[in-house]
Amino acid sequence: MKELERIQNPYNDDKAIDACSIFGAMDTSGKRFSGKGVIRAIANMHDRGNGLGGGFAIYGLYPEYADLYAFHIMYLSQKGKEDVEAFLKEKFRLTHAEEVPTQPTPKITNPPLVWRYFLEVGPQKPEEEADDDYVVERVMEINTKFPDAFVFSSGKDMGVFKGVGYPEEIAEYFCLEQYEGYLWTAHGRFPTNTPGWWGGAHPFCILDWTVVHNGEISSYGINRRYLEQFGYHCTMQTDTEVVAYAVDLLMRKHNLPIEIVAKILASPLWSDIQRLPQREQTLMRTLRQVYGSLLLNGPFTVIIAHHGEMIGLTDRIRLRPLTVGAKGSMLYLSSEESAIRLICPDLDEAWIPAGGEPVVGSLKAPLKTPVAAKEMVSHVD
Amino acid sequence: MKTYLPPKFLVERDQDKCIKCEVCVNQCSFDNHYYDAEDDEMKTRTEGCVGCHRCVTFCPTGALTVRRNPLEYRDNYNWRPEYIEDIIKQAETGGVLLTGMGNDKGQRIYWDHLVLNASQVTNPSIDPLREPMELTTYLGRKPDRVELDTDLNLQTELAPQVKLEVPVMFAAMSYGAVSLNVHESLARAATEAGTLWNTGEGGLHPKLYKYGNNTIVQVASGRFGVHPEYLEVARVVEIKIGQGAKPGIGGHLPGEKVSAEVSATRMIPQGTDALSPAPQHDIYSIEDLAQLVYALKEATHYTKPVSVKIAAVHNSAAIASGMVRAGADIIVLDGLRGATGAAPKVIRDNVGIPIELALASVDTRLRQEGIRNRASIVVSGGIRNSGDVAKAIALGADAVYIGTAALIALGCRLCQQCHTGKCAWGICTTDLFLSKRVNPDIGARRLANLLRGWSLELKDMLGGMGINALESLRGNRLHLRGVGLTETELKILGVKMAGE
Ligand code: SF4
Ligand code: SF4
Repeated sequence: MKELERIQNPYNDDKAIDACSIFGAMDTSGKRFSGKGVIRAIANMHDRGNGLGGGFAIYGLYPEYADLYAFHIMYLSQKGKEDVEAFLKEKFRLTHAEEVPTQPTPKITNPPLVWRYFLEVGPQKPEEEADDDYVVERVMEINTKFPDAFVFSSGKDMGVFKGVGYPEEIAEYFCLEQYEGYLWTAHGRFPTNTPGWWGGAHPFCILDWTVVHNGEISSYGINRRYLEQFGYHCTMQTDTEVVAYAVDLLMRKHNLPIEIVAKILASPLWSDIQRLPQREQTLMRTLRQVYGSLLLNGPFTVIIAHHGEMIGLTDRIRLRPLTVGAKGSMLYLSSEESAIRLICPDLDEAWIPAGGEPVVGSLKAPLKTPVAAKEMVSHVD
Repeated sequence: MKTYLPPKFLVERDQDKCIKCEVCVNQCSFDNHYYDAEDDEMKTRTEGCVGCHRCVTFCPTGALTVRRNPLEYRDNYNWRPEYIEDIIKQAETGGVLLTGMGNDKGQRIYWDHLVLNASQVTNPSIDPLREPMELTTYLGRKPDRVELDTDLNLQTELAPQVKLEVPVMFAAMSYGAVSLNVHESLARAATEAGTLWNTGEGGLHPKLYKYGNNTIVQVASGRFGVHPEYLEVARVVEIKIGQGAKPGIGGHLPGEKVSAEVSATRMIPQGTDALSPAPQHDIYSIEDLAQLVYALKEATHYTKPVSVKIAAVHNSAAIASGMVRAGADIIVLDGLRGATGAAPKVIRDNVGIPIELALASVDTRLRQEGIRNRASIVVSGGIRNSGDVAKAIALGADAVYIGTAALIALGCRLCQQCHTGKCAWGICTTDLFLSKRVNPDIGARRLANLLRGWSLELKDMLGGMGINALESLRGNRLHLRGVGLTETELKILGVKMAGE
């Protein structure tokens, strides 16, 4: 059994603490675009990280394998790779496997081996179990049982590239300029109590859910204990992991839409709830009564993404920055406005959302400027 | 029989300051002060003093001092004065030693070995004077999930919930044990502060029905004062199985305390002893509890949470799990230091376990079993200040009850004479001369002030930890650290050692 906690949190602190830069870009019309701009933007926030972690999530990455689970797995040894590949073959139908292309980058030292696999859930799965649950369990199994392997990502038609280094170095190393996707998120990390470890960089991913996160969640202790009741085990001991599991529980298992999930993670104040019209008041009160233990308290900004949607959210009193930019069908989320302006100087709109107010980019409701952007602007405080 | 018992306290009077107003004579319900006409001097029978400070507080010239009797015994760690004197008392009376208030012994107080966290650098603390800070708490059963239809209409209907503006409620103290004025003070303060008070097992005086929305009514083994209207006016119905001060023991309200009003409220003849059997005779097992829980839910048309209160004992975790499965919406754990109007001293001081440990193990067990959401946890027994409250919440409590702290706010000095019916502060008595010493206007003010002070302090502590809602502290044991605790204690409490 691999002790992820040891690797991630060697000093056994309550949790890994970090500060960060985050960036997200989505073409809500679904058009795929190259990562060049995103890489420049996150590089512009270089000083918010310290070179101990950088990473990217890309959606619409593998259209040729769109129906298969794409696993990005890092290995610390050849043996680890052989063991995991045997495991994958035993548990899935393996359609295609290849090494993730990389190029020598001066600042990237001692990189692990990173491979990708395109997998189909086959008859090995118990009949009554959903595909997604089966995949989650196998990912947990690899992450905890195989000492030299770690799954970066496990969703369909998407992938996570991450490692120890500044995000622009990671991008160069993995040749990310060559990829296209309709939704990109990026992260530069400043951990204070965890050594650089490739698996510990953001984005954090389970199935096609990814989270990049800036902040410290002071409610971590209870969030984690609450999620444990539903079978989630926070092996990585990061705030980010809690966000990912909370979103997985609420959206995938409890079937709640993102607007509602945002009201759970950053719930309105009781005094505001009291002023809502009757129907909403009851709804909001019930959500808070039932899911109070999932309220994320303390300073944070997160960008949560899954297929078709990108969500930016801050804590209820906005103790960490988030700026939104819109241009045509493009939606940008960033820790700093300058990073957006750098790659898109002529934004239709830019604004800072109110604390706890989610900003949602969705393929289902593509932005059509200037009308849609104007509508969203009404949130400006 | 000549008593061999030495006086506990010395009462000294500065004759230069004394103006012979005889206030002390009137104030001391133990008849210790008198005017000696022959000497034209105020005098004191010191042997009866219980150290309640009533005379000291009300002497207009500050002429009185009460000191511990400096009588020295030969040092003997085993035969300390208390044990010697207990034997003397029993040798003279041949009875069970009765006492009032809570366990005063030196068992470890875990609150004193737990410390709270605060934010530095990596996250900001929040200033409650400038930012919202939420203490609102809802007690009651919660489902595991919320279901919505496609138009986001709520499909989940919650079991009855009770809102608290501050997670501190007034613990059960029965009318008869305490006076009607105390009940009224508690009821009015709870109403003002947006919290609940508890009638205890002696019924609810009709005069207080108007505070029903902030009232928890108890149903105990004696069933005193339980009738449809009593259940109807209440916000929460509480089944009392046990009490921290006397786990496994029933109650006995002496006939002298059963005045006309008490008799009407308790529904027993005036002047008769009110005996609460040790168990509830219809509950010999967990399925019997379920029946009573549902009988009360039926009787109140499923409009109120039903709470079940037990004394914290060795198997609390397993018992609590059974209570939740039996339908309790709120479970109350009353710890080793829980107080009482009267209990055998040997029980009070030796039976039960510390509330901190009971709370930690119950919260952990309910989470392990995935049923923590199904009931709220309320703890009581020795909670002294808002620091204890914050620590209890962090260990996993939804709210706390305070009994002793509330009585101290009304004047109580913990003289432990509650069982005598002579409380000089007019709290734990039904004597009309004494009980009018608690003026409900002033009593309610003092109690509401206490709650307000604690709320402000709780907000300060929350803000310091970088959180602005109480639910983010609830069960969040990462905000606690232990000091001077053993490995096993830390494990049960589920907290790390300070410095770790
Ligand atoms: S019992 Fe109380 S009132 Fe009486 S003398 Fe002692 S301290 Fe004073
Ligand atoms: S109350 Fe004080 S001043 Fe008055 S008689 Fe007693 S000791 Fe003297």
